[in-house]
Amino acid sequence: MRKLLKGARILDPARSLSEILDIEIRDGTIARIARDLSPQDCEVIDLTGLVLCPGFVDMHTHLREPGQEDKETLETGLRAAARGGFVAVACMPNTAPPLDQRASVEYVIRRGLQIGLSRVFPVASVSKMQKGEELAELGDLAEGGAVAFSDDGKPVSRAELMRRALEYSRMLDRPIISHCEDLTLSAGGAMNEGYLCTKMGLRGIPKAAEEVMVARDIILAETTRARLHFAHISTRRSVELVRDGKARGVSITAEVTPSHLILTEEAVSGYDTNAKVNPPLRTADDVDALRQGLKDGTLDVIATDHAPHTREDKEKEFAYAPFGISGLESAVSLLLTELVGRGVLSLEELILKLSTNPARILRLHFGGIQEGSSADFTVLDLEKEATIDTGTFQSKGRNSPFHGWKTKGAPVLTCVQGNFVWGEVTRDSRPARSPVMV
Amino acid sequence: MKGMRKDLLGLEDMEADEMKHILDETVAFKEILFRTIKKVPTLRGRTIATLFYEPSTRTRLSFELAAKRMGADSAAISVATSSVVKGESLKDTARTLEAMGVDMIILRHGEAGAPHLVAQTVKASVINAGDGMHEHPTQGLLDLFTITEKKGRIQGLHVAIIGDITHSRVARSDIWGLKRLGAEVTLVGPPTLIPVDIEKTGVNVSYHLDPVIPKADVIYILRLQQERQQAGLFPSIREYIQRYGISRERLSRAKFDVLIMHPGPMNPGIEITEDVAISTASVVEEQVTNGVAVRMALLHYLLGGQPYEEAA
Amino acid sequence: MQLAVKSQIMNKEDMSRALSRIAHEILERNKGTGQLAFVGIRTRGIHLAKRLVERIESFEGKSVPIGVLDITLYRDDLTRLHHHPVVRKTEIPFDITDKKIVLVDDVLYTGRTVRCALDALMDLGRPLVVQLAVLVDRGHRELPIQADYVGRNCPSSQDERVDVHLQEVEGADEVVILEGERS
Ligand SMILES: [Zn+2]
Repeated sequence: MRKLLKGARILDPARSLSEILDIEIRDGTIARIARDLSPQDCEVIDLTGLVLCPGFVDMHTHLREPGQEDKETLETGLRAAARGGFVAVACMPNTAPPLDQRASVEYVIRRGLQIGLSRVFPVASVSKMQKGEELAELGDLAEGGAVAFSDDGKPVSRAELMRRALEYSRMLDRPIISHCEDLTLSAGGAMNEGYLCTKMGLRGIPKAAEEVMVARDIILAETTRARLHFAHISTRRSVELVRDGKARGVSITAEVTPSHLILTEEAVSGYDTNAKVNPPLRTADDVDALRQGLKDGTLDVIATDHAPHTREDKEKEFAYAPFGISGLESAVSLLLTELVGRGVLSLEELILKLSTNPARILRLHFGGIQEGSSADFTVLDLEKEATIDTGTFQSKGRNSPFHGWKTKGAPVLTCVQGNFVWGEVTRDSRPARSPVMV
Repeated sequence: MKGMRKDLLGLEDMEADEMKHILDETVAFKEILFRTIKKVPTLRGRTIATLFYEPSTRTRLSFELAAKRMGADSAAISVATSSVVKGESLKDTARTLEAMGVDMIILRHGEAGAPHLVAQTVKASVINAGDGMHEHPTQGLLDLFTITEKKGRIQGLHVAIIGDITHSRVARSDIWGLKRLGAEVTLVGPPTLIPVDIEKTGVNVSYHLDPVIPKADVIYILRLQQERQQAGLFPSIREYIQRYGISRERLSRAKFDVLIMHPGPMNPGIEITEDVAISTASVVEEQVTNGVAVRMALLHYLLGGQPYEEAA
Repeated sequence: MQLAVKSQIMNKEDMSRALSRIAHEILERNKGTGQLAFVGIRTRGIHLAKRLVERIESFEGKSVPIGVLDITLYRDDLTRLHHHPVVRKTEIPFDITDKKIVLVDDVLYTGRTVRCALDALMDLGRPLVVQLAVLVDRGHRELPIQADYVGRNCPSSQDERVDVHLQEVEGADEVVILEGERS
């Protein structure tokens, strides 16, 4: 099956490509990129007025399967990813049981292929059962297809175990993803420590709970010369620590979530459990620092930390409700609106943070728009106006503080290996008719 | 007065005028408590449920007496904290109570924000009878009433609140109330028991008790939960008593007409010595009496008049 | 509905004469001031009770106890009111048990206010007898209640309003009938 995509602006900042070109897809691969290709017995899709960029990769997603299928399944999660414009997601291992054995990792990959939507790349546990005591079989897990190791959901509390994990992972060329939280400092906390928390009478999570672990892990990465990636950075001081570490040449990378880039702790006022997330939403000063860190390259990646929960889970006393925001389906629209639309980040920078950089960190060899590479891309309609409605989520998790937010700009077509796994443009092949556009 | 409110969740969102209105009315309700027949028929036919997820005989009894004296029926539901996890959710319990025709739910809960969840769930009025470390607004109002009754005013008084501010919902409600009505408030305790950024409410903070005592018109002593010591927030009960315990010797430098207050129940010999607790300066027993009167006033305030939903 | 004054039915002198007559009637009926006590219903009943007591004390040269009754908590229409009535203190500084109580109000209309006042009084003790004195009786009773002493009987229509204005409250003594303004 051949497809001819006509009229889109091709935007691949890693290749300094920004041009209106046609793309021919053959056997899941980009066969030709050129101006004004003429259709020769192939399906023609008119993408005039849209932007086609390397497929987005969410390197921090919780898909809940196996074990917590009431919150999400691989199928609903991957459909949410497809709808959200992500051609691939790296799923975190804090399932039940955790992904700490090769068979579990292989199960996720196999299920992902069966489902056939966005690609799924499992992240495996650092420690057996994520207990933080003994190393999981990192070598076997890597051979089974794990792209990284993390005990996410929890930190690796013991410094010695983190040191060994970093050392051991060097021979596997897989990063360790660190969820930075000193549990003795965050214990019992439900939101950012500060005046609002004091007024609301909740136990606070101090910024130091994250920062001391960021500092520790930078030092461990430096001494082990291993690759370390920081999950969901949330404070100004953490950004500064990462910036310093990078300046010294430590091989660290870092991510931030859309929620932490857009919201402050005020979002939990009125005890809104949909805004309860770990690390907690911080202050406007932290948001500024995170945006600055994104801009100057300190933060490499925007990842959703998609954490679906059921309504029953979230409709609880604030302290009892679980942490997490269902983020896959709102992330790109929100980032286009709140960051690109407000001039915080250029569209090119956003694309790098969502596609090229996470693919590079996870060593995923696809995603570039060039002849011969796999046809994985995301198409954006920068003019599309919409309102975020959790009722339309494909994810089982409707837990989002962004319900009702107005957005401008949205992913409209997600293409994985030449297959459209989500499309909100018409499939109409008549080139004269434009797709859904204003 | 502004429009009627459905719920009383805290004093943070209550303006001074509304507090004053409730305090003014409380005078009338207190008079009823001294009659032979301590009962009025105002809330006849109304049903009030006290839903307590934490044991508190005193607060519950105070609300139940207030309800009975106003002619309302009351039902008590206790939920053992241990059964919370596997038991019915708070939301479901609230809905069940409403389906049974309850007009008001008085909720005591170990976690902040629980009354907000219930208030969003049901049409019935909700009174927060203490939620975690957040607020205890009826205690706040009864403290304001007691001070007003004894001192004739709140404006311009200096109130020292002593002890574990961090974990105290009473302190938070008192701070909002006292500041709104124009008092100067000084919090006294070790830095580990003073919550982050509390100065932003407009209070002073002192880690030392003795310099504060001579300035105070009211000394409000909080109950010390001894498990805070086990949690590592201060070194020992002995050292706490040395630094923050209120004794007769310490009070020798206080104003002659200082008021000693405590929300109860006390730990005699720890935050307060026995002799201070029963001294003439102590108004602890009147706080208890006033608690019933304030709660009667609040029941009337929330349930008297038109049902909230139909109010213009 | 806008209300406009239709007519004045009592002026200052009428009121003064009516109160003096009532004071005499009370003394006559009760054979002096023995066990006699006055209770005014908030707000205007208080002032009228004070005026009656002043007269009786000057006639008899003996002091007569007086109290104030707030009936808000006894009303049967709380749930039908739009605004929130302000509750004020009941102040009766004497034991009403075995007293001859004269309850004083400005206008007697449906009788519901008096019913509330009787309930409130009974919760305070067991009086020997309760008598009712009003400045104006405008008819339209909804309960079997009758005044013992009436300043002026004034048949009115139900869409009218009868207002008593007092020096102490409004700055002038008069009784007026108000009616809805036609537009
Ligand atoms: Zn995490």
